[in-house]
Amino acid sequence: MIRQIHEPSRIGVYVCHCGMNIAAKVDVEDVRAFARSLPNVVVAKTYKFMCSDPGQEMIRKDIQEHDLNRVVVASCSPLLHEHTFRRACAAAGMNPFHLQMANIREQVSWVTPDCALATRKARALIHAAVRRVADHYPLAKERVNVHPAILVVGGGIAGIHAALVLANAGKKVYLVEREPSIGGHMAQLDKTFPTLDCSACILTPRMSQIRTHPNITLWTYAEIEEVAGFAGNFKVKVRHKPRYVKEELCVGCGECVSACVFKEGRVRDEFNQGLSKRKPIYMPFPQATPNVAVIDPQSCLKIMRGKCAMKCVEACPRAAIDFEQREEHTDIEVGAIILATGYRTFDARKIPEYGYGRFPNVYTMLEVERLVNAAGPTGGDITLRDGARPQTVGIIHCVGSRDRRHHPYCSNVCCMASLKMAHLVKERTGAEVFNFYIDMRATFKGYEEFYDQVLREGVQFIRGRVAEVTDWAIRPAEKGKLVIRVEDTLVGVVRRIPVDMVVLATAMEPQEDAAAVQRKFNISCSQDGFFLERHPKLGPVSTFSDGIFLAGVCQGPKDIPASVAQAGAAAAEALCLVDKGFVEIEPNTAFIDEAACSGCRTCIPLCPFQAITRDAVKGVAVINQALCKGCGTCVAACPSGAAGQNMFTDAQIYDEIEGVLADV
Amino acid sequence: MKYLYYPGCSLKGSGRPYEESLLSILDRLGVAVVELAHWNCCGATAYMSVDEVQAFALAARNLCLAEECGGPGDVHLLAPCNACYLVLSKAQVYIRQYARIGQVVAEALRAAGLEYHGRIKVRHPLDVLWNDVGVERIKKAVTQPLQGRKIACYYGCQVVRPYATFDNQHNPMVMDHLLRAAGAQTVDWPLKERCCGGTLTGTMEEAGLRLSYILLKEARARGAQVMATACPLCQFNLECYQDRMQSRFGDGIKMPVAYFTQLLGMAMGIPASKLGLDRLLAPPKPVIPTATPDAAGKGAI
Repeated sequence: MIRQIHEPSRIGVYVCHCGMNIAAKVDVEDVRAFARSLPNVVVAKTYKFMCSDPGQEMIRKDIQEHDLNRVVVASCSPLLHEHTFRRACAAAGMNPFHLQMANIREQVSWVTPDCALATRKARALIHAAVRRVADHYPLAKERVNVHPAILVVGGGIAGIHAALVLANAGKKVYLVEREPSIGGHMAQLDKTFPTLDCSACILTPRMSQIRTHPNITLWTYAEIEEVAGFAGNFKVKVRHKPRYVKEELCVGCGECVSACVFKEGRVRDEFNQGLSKRKPIYMPFPQATPNVAVIDPQSCLKIMRGKCAMKCVEACPRAAIDFEQREEHTDIEVGAIILATGYRTFDARKIPEYGYGRFPNVYTMLEVERLVNAAGPTGGDITLRDGARPQTVGIIHCVGSRDRRHHPYCSNVCCMASLKMAHLVKERTGAEVFNFYIDMRATFKGYEEFYDQVLREGVQFIRGRVAEVTDWAIRPAEKGKLVIRVEDTLVGVVRRIPVDMVVLATAMEPQEDAAAVQRKFNISCSQDGFFLERHPKLGPVSTFSDGIFLAGVCQGPKDIPASVAQAGAAAAEALCLVDKGFVEIEPNTAFIDEAACSGCRTCIPLCPFQAITRDAVKGVAVINQALCKGCGTCVAACPSGAAGQNMFTDAQIYDEIEGVLADV
Repeated sequence: MKYLYYPGCSLKGSGRPYEESLLSILDRLGVAVVELAHWNCCGATAYMSVDEVQAFALAARNLCLAEECGGPGDVHLLAPCNACYLVLSKAQVYIRQYARIGQVVAEALRAAGLEYHGRIKVRHPLDVLWNDVGVERIKKAVTQPLQGRKIACYYGCQVVRPYATFDNQHNPMVMDHLLRAAGAQTVDWPLKERCCGGTLTGTMEEAGLRLSYILLKEARARGAQVMATACPLCQFNLECYQDRMQSRFGDGIKMPVAYFTQLLGMAMGIPASKLGLDRLLAPPKPVIPTATPDAAGKGAI
């Protein structure tokens, strides 16, 4: 890249009021007059909303009338409106990269309480931008073709929905799920609120569509190992864990499971939340997709000790069992990625006063979902650990949610899940059910009506954060029961309510490895650990990494309807990118001044994107502009100053620093 | 590791058995402690409720003295009385967290020629025995195991809430583990960290007495033969008022209430006189007959 020697700068400075957002703290007129006084500034104006059509029109007109060749807009963060003003400049025939923004809203008016200080800071930032923009030179965005396939990570309801939408639109979809079956948490639920339709009945048709759809490649028991590339051209390495059963041969007849040398299950059954035991070879659950057996290497005698009668191999009529299976890798290329990696539930042991893990009859909500389910460990019978039917049940809301010690956020679904559970328990057992809540949140379609129905059914509601669950009986009626101590804040008394069973509505929290996934895909997390969307209102499924979208609870707690809606939105955004066919790449890439390059090779191993090679003939470094991400590592490392970076040249940065430090 | 020992007023008065037994077992376990010179009252709950900032200054004086005599680096200050432990910890937290309180306290200390740098680690004997000494060393020191005697470990409200980091705040277990290491059986009971009545027993006997009675009654219901405590005030309330509980509630509870250090000492075969057992009103003799005969040879304590 050769620096062009350009004509003298004629700069226009535009100071935005942003309504009162900026004008209430920054004296915009003072700042405008200051800008006008700077060298090379030929026009400086203020306007109420610079991003509005008239605001942009003003800039366009000025460029033509005053023959401007540089523009500085002092307004909000470039994240929001850099594209807007670049477009306005380009429309007037100016190179869009001759624009510089000074952020006097997020970095000044919103964070500086003192008006005089805010004004001074705004002057300094504008001074820096004016100094810098003089060094800008024309650049152009490069177009790169987009790979038409899409990767969906996570096979819960969000991932399933996104994959189906995309596949139905004719796109090639890879759906990668780390568990042996797709289905996610929704597969574990019995009924869904507020309509009480059976969770499996509405989910399993979707699961089998995934399995049979010609456009979908489903990989279960597989994880994403590496992600490289950029929007439109991601290169992804998928790791397939050995399930020791040949997926293409197994038909899920279950003969191997019956034949296993373990006559009874001995291992914690994950699907039933540990309420039952499974064998080392098992079917994850009756409607598992794919309907294929899997061997758990942590408990299989053959794999652990190398010694076993291997009755499963004998029993399999299709010779599908293969102890020689090893981990495998597949490399794929995709244009867009949708992350739908879901959540885990809060560990109720972290609130010891509720007794989970100490008192056998304190359960989590997900455990009771399995108890209620006809395919669950009790065949749908709601019984206590000793087999007895509970006469009274207490459901405690907000366990781990809305709690400064754990998660300050509301988990969004627990109120409704608790109402549904209250209804089911009452219907199946006739037990007296108490709900202990802080606030009832029943805010979506049909939710309030369902709350009303459950109230009419005679479920009791006590408003108050439960203090503790104890077996400390002080009255005869409490003997042998669990006592829930709570301040009933509507009546203003402390109550002791003896129950047989306690159900804890535990919070939704980020997956254990959410931070690792975040790093792998180079996206951001919000403070609560959930993946961060690009904009809380206007970019709810995009991330700060172009081409990577979010769906479902990995972005924040939500219920099934919201997860499905978000998955549809993420699919639409991914379609948008893939169907456009190309992406434009910001020209902030690095370049080599061949005359200055000594060919020392310092930069080559440092480049994280393998974008630098050495031209053997000329003896200089060469940067592949399509691979360069503009990280600047080579620029900082080059001993002879031969590596530079567009939009961040030394001259631009020094002038900006001098500008901001000058006495204004 | 060396520990500075801050006895506080109780351990020199009504809590003497606690001091005697604690120092005896630490000596037996080879843990060196040096009493802090010129210490003053921690202020306890009483001063805190009259003037919080002055109370912090009073407590902080001890932290400064400990820092001066503890040498460079972290200084471990052993505070066996639960109230002292809480007040010293709380003073530290408030000085650090609230600039205004920190300033006032610093000025008060300056007037006395002192300055606090924040190098003190306030430690409770439960914490030290569990984390620094360790169960294995205790097991090795046990010569006369407590033979499965049923003990209700009562931690009191101040040692685990809100500052203790060494144990669970709602179901503490450290004392249970220590006494089990000494061969006892500990009962699982739900009132381990509930209030004993504290100073209410002296000021509003009606309220305080009831709280202590609840504890003893539940411990008895769970089959406990002895109650173990870690706090001089708890020990006093639970032991000395048992007669009055009988007349008030018509329910005679006769349960020995001993410091956990005394029970550990008995298991280590330390003579009764060095454990302050003779100072208790209701010694654990009838339920723990294995204690070593006194040097005077008068038989079991």
